[in-house]
Amino acid sequence: MILVHCEHDGTRLRKSALEMLGAAQALGGEITALVLGRGSSQVAAEAAKYASQVLIAEDALLEPYSARNHAQAIADLAVQAEASLVLTSGSRAGREVAPRVAVRLDAPYLEDATQLELIDGGLRVKHYAYLARVTETLEAIAPLIVVSVKPNTQAVAQPSANLGEVFEVELELTPSPIQVVGRTQEKTSRVALTEASLVVTGGRGMGSPENFKLIEDFADVLGAGVGATRAAVDAGWRPYAEQVGQTGKTVQPNAYFAIGVSGAVQHMSGMGKSKLIVAVNKNADEPIMKVADYAIIGDLNAVMPALIAAAKKLKD
Amino acid sequence: MKIMCLIRQVPDAEARVKTANGTVDLQGSSMALDGMDEYGVEQALRMSEGGAGTVAVAVGPQRFEDAIRRTLAMGLERAIHIETDLVLDVVTTSRLLKAIALEEQPDLIFVGGQHADTDSQAMGAALSEALGWNLVTWTTELTLEGQHVTAVHDVDDGKETVELELPCVVTTQQGLNEPRYPTLPNIMKSKKKELLKKSLNDYGISSTMVRVVNQEIQQRARLQHIIDGKDAAAAAEQLIVLLHTEAKVI
Repeated sequence: MILVHCEHDGTRLRKSALEMLGAAQALGGEITALVLGRGSSQVAAEAAKYASQVLIAEDALLEPYSARNHAQAIADLAVQAEASLVLTSGSRAGREVAPRVAVRLDAPYLEDATQLELIDGGLRVKHYAYLARVTETLEAIAPLIVVSVKPNTQAVAQPSANLGEVFEVELELTPSPIQVVGRTQEKTSRVALTEASLVVTGGRGMGSPENFKLIEDFADVLGAGVGATRAAVDAGWRPYAEQVGQTGKTVQPNAYFAIGVSGAVQHMSGMGKSKLIVAVNKNADEPIMKVADYAIIGDLNAVMPALIAAAKKLKD
Repeated sequence: MKIMCLIRQVPDAEARVKTANGTVDLQGSSMALDGMDEYGVEQALRMSEGGAGTVAVAVGPQRFEDAIRRTLAMGLERAIHIETDLVLDVVTTSRLLKAIALEEQPDLIFVGGQHADTDSQAMGAALSEALGWNLVTWTTELTLEGQHVTAVHDVDDGKETVELELPCVVTTQQGLNEPRYPTLPNIMKSKKKELLKKSLNDYGISSTMVRVVNQEIQQRARLQHIIDGKDAAAAAEQLIVLLHTEAKVI
């Protein structure tokens, strides 16, 4: 049985959850969806379309988000439900929880998988290594294996005709010893960067924080997520949550727009696997140009308003 | 106050990585202390009295010694090198490090937020779970008053300020501090510092749970369709049409 820990926003499953359920369907066999935290009973009905059973728990000790308590819940339920595979999201939170689960279960952990394949007695996955410069194939043979799945790499799940049965489960948690005393949520109406199918990123070439209006406007026309390079974040032009690269987020969208971005190795490690790369830059010699599928060589102050207008025209 | 810094040696971020026969070939690559680990070393130096009570711990092949020496030259007091050519999975490594932590009794352990070779973010979380200690990941600010830690760290959709007690594991990243360069006198001094060599055998570990089957460099062929942007409106129009009809992404 495959246990899928589903991330959600309190009302709906996140795309990463639909992708993991899709990956589980592709692997075959019985699927149990695990929906933890506030709103899980609301989300359960959606999860039931993709899994033969849904386990939900709204334990107050899961909030504010506690990785420790989530890990304990997932590990305990994996044992109770006799899972052979536990899938979590490759989000930051998922990549903190998954190794904790693996340690609790003394199970092998395969991190940030882009492809999953059952082998005799175990699992083989691909993932990126060496700042995404290398693709590694890893294998683990064990009765129980924990895997985090890289966002935007799996086909989303197909609903089944039969709804899975929903069970409310009791957890045996203790209060988290970590007190969350402050929280700044990056307020954005835009789609989450790591899950966005289109991403528009501005770099040092934007020249000023005000000029990021061009990035935001273009992103809004396309329904894209907004990203920034380390240079733009270090300059204080953009919040860290938007940083794409080795020390920021890793994205793999259908199309990545690099606007005024030179293409440092650390940045490329965060976006180099994008299915399509589009660059706008005044300098044809920048490293980003070597990995671009489409590029406009020109002044972004002239090109971006024109792109926004052309994209608007297309959308109308 | 005792502080342990987990460190590793990785190819330089700018270095070209090659593979041969399904394995990464590091011959001729320039190697360095993992940049993410460097923030932990710097933080340990700032939180200790001139490095007193600090120890670097590294698990890896003989070549790791250069990176270990660098942390001693930066100012850490001593180092432990568990020398092995075996690539250990994170859960087995957490068992090994737990054993070392129980010997060393640190109050605080720093681990790089992500390794620049395995691209793994798991080590800090795995170690904290193995020890049953508190954990702060992706830390950008850290202050200590007695046993009480206040930290600011990044989460998926923003940042959090958390309060917790020692002992704890902290994963480090850009923004926490500006790591120092070793000075010449400190480099000279570091040569006399203790570097204790140990083996996996000493901890009863002989195998890994995850096997690396193959490593290869996969490069996506890029279309390289370059448009001259002198006439911005025409170029933009052309690109949008290409993205819609040819690439079908918008």
